[in-house]
Amino acid sequence: MRIVPFIISTVATAGLVFVLNTSLPLGKTKSPRLGYFLSPQQGFWQNAEATNSSFTEEIKIKGIRNKVDVFMDERLVPHIYAQTDLDAYYVQGFIHAKFRLWQMEFQTYVAGGRLSEILGSGKSDIDQFFRRLGMVYGAEQTMQRMEKDREMQATVDAYSEGVNAYIKSLKPEQIPFEYKLLDYQPEAWTPLKTYLFLMYMSYDLTGSGAKADLKMTNAKNYFGYDEFNQLFPNIHDSLDPIIPKGTAFLKPSIVPVAPKDVDSPYLNKSPNSSEVTTALTPNKNNGSNNWAVAGSKTVSGRPILCNDPHLGLNLPSIWYEMQINTPTHNTYGASFPGSPAVIIGFNDSIAWGVTNAGRDVLDYYDVQFKDTSMQEYWYNGAWKTAELRTETIKVKAGTDLHEYIAMTEFGPVMYDHHYKNDSAHPKYLAVRWTANTAGNGLKTFYKLNRAKNFEDYQNAIAEWSCPGQNFAFASKSGDIAIRQQGAFVARWNRQGDFIMPGLDSTYKWQGMIPENENPMIKNPARGWVSSANQMATDSSYPYYLGTARSFPLYRGIMINRRLAAMNDITAIDMQYLQMENYDVFAEMARPVILKNIDENKLTVTERKYIGILRDWNFRNEITAQGATVFKAIWDSLEQVVWKDDFQDAKNPLPWPESSTLLEGLLRGGIYRFADNISTKDKVETIQDDVMEACKKASVYLEKLEKERKLDWGTLKDTRVAHLLQLPALSRLHLPIGGGKDCINATTENHGPSWRMIVHLTDEIEAYGVYPGGQSGNPGSKFYDNFIDSWAAGKYYKLLFLSKDDISKNQKTKWHITFVNG
Amino acid sequence: MKFSSALILTAFLGYAIGLFTNMPWWSFVISSFLVALGVHQKPLKAFASGFLGQFLLWATLASIKDMANDHLLSIKVAKIFPLGGSYWALILITGLIGGLVSGLAAIAGSTARKK
Repeated sequence: MRIVPFIISTVATAGLVFVLNTSLPLGKTKSPRLGYFLSPQQGFWQNAEATNSSFTEEIKIKGIRNKVDVFMDERLVPHIYAQTDLDAYYVQGFIHAKFRLWQMEFQTYVAGGRLSEILGSGKSDIDQFFRRLGMVYGAEQTMQRMEKDREMQATVDAYSEGVNAYIKSLKPEQIPFEYKLLDYQPEAWTPLKTYLFLMYMSYDLTGSGAKADLKMTNAKNYFGYDEFNQLFPNIHDSLDPIIPKGTAFLKPSIVPVAPKDVDSPYLNKSPNSSEVTTALTPNKNNGSNNWAVAGSKTVSGRPILCNDPHLGLNLPSIWYEMQINTPTHNTYGASFPGSPAVIIGFNDSIAWGVTNAGRDVLDYYDVQFKDTSMQEYWYNGAWKTAELRTETIKVKAGTDLHEYIAMTEFGPVMYDHHYKNDSAHPKYLAVRWTANTAGNGLKTFYKLNRAKNFEDYQNAIAEWSCPGQNFAFASKSGDIAIRQQGAFVARWNRQGDFIMPGLDSTYKWQGMIPENENPMIKNPARGWVSSANQMATDSSYPYYLGTARSFPLYRGIMINRRLAAMNDITAIDMQYLQMENYDVFAEMARPVILKNIDENKLTVTERKYIGILRDWNFRNEITAQGATVFKAIWDSLEQVVWKDDFQDAKNPLPWPESSTLLEGLLRGGIYRFADNISTKDKVETIQDDVMEACKKASVYLEKLEKERKLDWGTLKDTRVAHLLQLPALSRLHLPIGGGKDCINATTENHGPSWRMIVHLTDEIEAYGVYPGGQSGNPGSKFYDNFIDSWAAGKYYKLLFLSKDDISKNQKTKWHITFVNG
Repeated sequence: MKFSSALILTAFLGYAIGLFTNMPWWSFVISSFLVALGVHQKPLKAFASGFLGQFLLWATLASIKDMANDHLLSIKVAKIFPLGGSYWALILITGLIGGLVSGLAAIAGSTARKK
C-alpha cells in the first residue's frame, strides 16, 4: 500500500462526498445536498415523469373494505367510485397525497407555524405570528369538537389513513421534488393537519383584521373620529347589496348596546396608539364572485350556477378537481388537498358556490397584567389568573424558539412585551377571533356534498361558523338562493373596528347573530342571486356589518347590471360573463377626471395620454392602453389628495379606499381633503389636484411607453407563482386582462382560482378551469397544463358520469384499482 | 483491456448498488473502490476509468429520464441552479459529480494495493 497517496485520495473522496452531501448556504436559503439531488437513482431526476406515463395500476392496501375504482380522465381528474363513504374518503386522501403531497403538507407547516423547521430561521416571524394568533390552538379546539361527531371523526380519520397509506408506500426516491430540494422528509398525516389547513383558510379569508384593526386604531387616533369617519366611512353611495334593497329583515333578537363611555376612551379621546405590524397579511383582494340564475332567465328553463373564488394564484393550485361517487352521493368539484370532501361543486341534484362575506370576526382587547410574568390580569375589578400556553418553534440548524402565550377571557394574548414592535409603550393585546373557537366547517361541506334540495342546503350551512361565506345555491328542481352564513358578532356601531379596552366585560361581544337572521334570499322576483363581496344588505339590516372598506363595490354592480340585461342565458354566455373585463370603477371615475382637466394647460404628451383615456372603452383588455393610463392617473390622484394628510403620521395608517375618494368627488361641492396642507399660502381645489395628478402620471406613462409597458396586460404582468416563490417553478407573464374591479378579477398574482359553471339540466352540463394542473409535480406535464386555457378564458367540459359510462368514455385514460390486501 | 473492464465494472456495480435507494447516494464509492482494488491500474488510469464509468452511468441515466420527460423538469432545475435553463449543462454536471467522486474512490482503491 502506498500510504501517502492512499490517505490523500481517501480523505479527498470523503471530503468531496461530505461537501456534496451537505446543504450549503445559497443566498438567503440553502442549497440542496448536491450529490443526492443530482443522483439519477435517488435525486430529482426520479421526479421527471415520463410524458407518456400510465397511471393505471392496482393498489393493495389494508384500510378499505371493498374494491374502489378510480378512473382518471385525460386531464388527470380522478373519478372515485366506492361502495362506502369511508372507502371513498380513504381513497381521496390517498389520491390527494399521490398528486399533491408536498403542497398539502407544506400548507400545514405554514398554518401551524412550522416553516422554520424546513426553511431555517429566516421564516420565524411568520411562525411566531401564526402561533400567537392561536392557529394551533384553534385547530385543536376544532378537532376536539369534531371528535364528538362520530361521522365526521370517521371521515377525517379515513382520509388521514389514506394519506398515510400513500406516504408509507413511497420508496425513498419517489418523494416529491420539493422535499429533495429543501432536504427533508414527509411525516405522517394527522387529523390535526386537516384542521390546521382549514384554519389557514379562515385566516386567509378573515384574518385581515389582524392588521387592519391596529392600523384603523392608529388612524382614528391620528385624525380624530370625525375626520377618520370621512376617510373611512361606513357607507357606500353606489352600493348594490347582495340582498336587493328594500328586502324586509326579521326584527333583531339581539340589540347590542354600546358601552356608556364609548365616546371617550374607545372612539376618540385618550390616545390608544399602537404601532404593531404583522408579518403576513391576507391579500386584500381575497374575494370572489358567485351567482345563480333561475330557469326564467335561461334558454333551458333550468338554473345555472357560477362561482369563481379569487385567491392568491399559486402552483401547485389550492384546488384539486375530483368526482366522488358512493351510494350516498355523487359529487364533482374542487377539493382542497388536505381536506376530505368537495368544497365547491355540484351533485346529481344541486350546485353550490361560495364567496367571502368579509365580515369582521377578529378583534383586539387591550389587557392589563399585574406584571411581566403575565400570570394575572385585571378583569371585572379583580386579578384573574391567565394560563400560559407554550408553543415551541423548531428551527432548522438553529435553536428552538419558545412562545409563551397568555390565555385570557378574550383569547390568546397576541402581542406582549416579548412579541412587539418599535412601539414605546408595548401593549398586551388579546385576540378574539371566531376561527379559533371550535368550528365544524367540514360538516357543512360534507352535507352539501349530499344535499338534494333547498332544505338540505339550508340545513348544511346552518352551522357554518368561519370564515363567513355567501353560499349561492341552485337545484335541478328550479330553486336558487343565496345566504350570508357564518358566526357573526352582533356588534354595536364601530364595535371592534379599533383596539377595545379589555379591563372588564363591557366591550366584550354581547352575542352572535342568530343563524336565521343572517341575510338570505330565495327565488327573488328578479330571477337571479349574486354576490361579489359587497355589503350584504343596505342600512335597513338591523346589525352592524363592519367598516365599508372591507367590502369591494364594483364587481357586484357589474354582475347585477349584466344579469339584469341577460335573458335566454346559456352556459356559454356565463363563460363570457366570468371573463368580463369591463371596469365599473373606471366608468364612474373617468368623468370626474376629464371634467377637472383644463387641456389648454397640458403639454402635447399629456394631451396624448388624456386622449388615450378618453377613447378607452373601460375594458381592461390585454392591449388596452387606456386602462394603464387610467390607473396611472388615478393612483397619482390618490397620492396628490392623501399624501399630505398622511405623511406626518408616525404609525402605519391604512390608505383610504378608492371608492371613498371617488364617492367624495362624485358628491360634488368643495372636497376638504383636496387642499394640500403643506402649502400654507394656497388652498388647492380638486381641479388643481387632478391637473397635478395628470402631469405626474404623464411622466410615469412616458417611462412605461419607452419600456413598452403601456399595454395593460404587460403592465399588470400576471403570474402563477410556486409556493416557494421560485420563478423557475412558476408561470410568468401570462396573457390575461382583467383587474380588481372587473368580474375577471385577475391582478398580478391573484384572481379567479377556480372558475365553475353548472347548468342544472337533467344531465348536468358543467364547465370548469383553474390556473394550475392536477399534478403537484413540477416534473409532470400535468403540473401547469390548465394555465393557458385559464388565461384565454377557455373552459373544460366536466365529465360527470356514472361508473358504467365513465369506464367506456373515450376521455377516460387510466384506471386505478384499490383492493383490500 | 483492464481500462475498459474497470470502466464497465464501475458503471455496472455503480448501477446495481444504486438500486438500493435506502442506502446513501454515494454508496458507489465502495464499488468504485473495490473495482480499482481488483482491476489494478496506475492511479491516474484508475481515476480515468472510475471517473468515466460513473460519469457515463449518471449522464446516461439522467438523459434517459430527461428524454422521456421532454426536458420539462431539467429545464426548470437548470434555471434554479442557475444554468440558464440548459438541460445539457445539468446532465453534464450530474455526470461530472458522479464521476469525480467515483474517480477519487478509484485512486484510493488503486493506491490501497502494493505495487
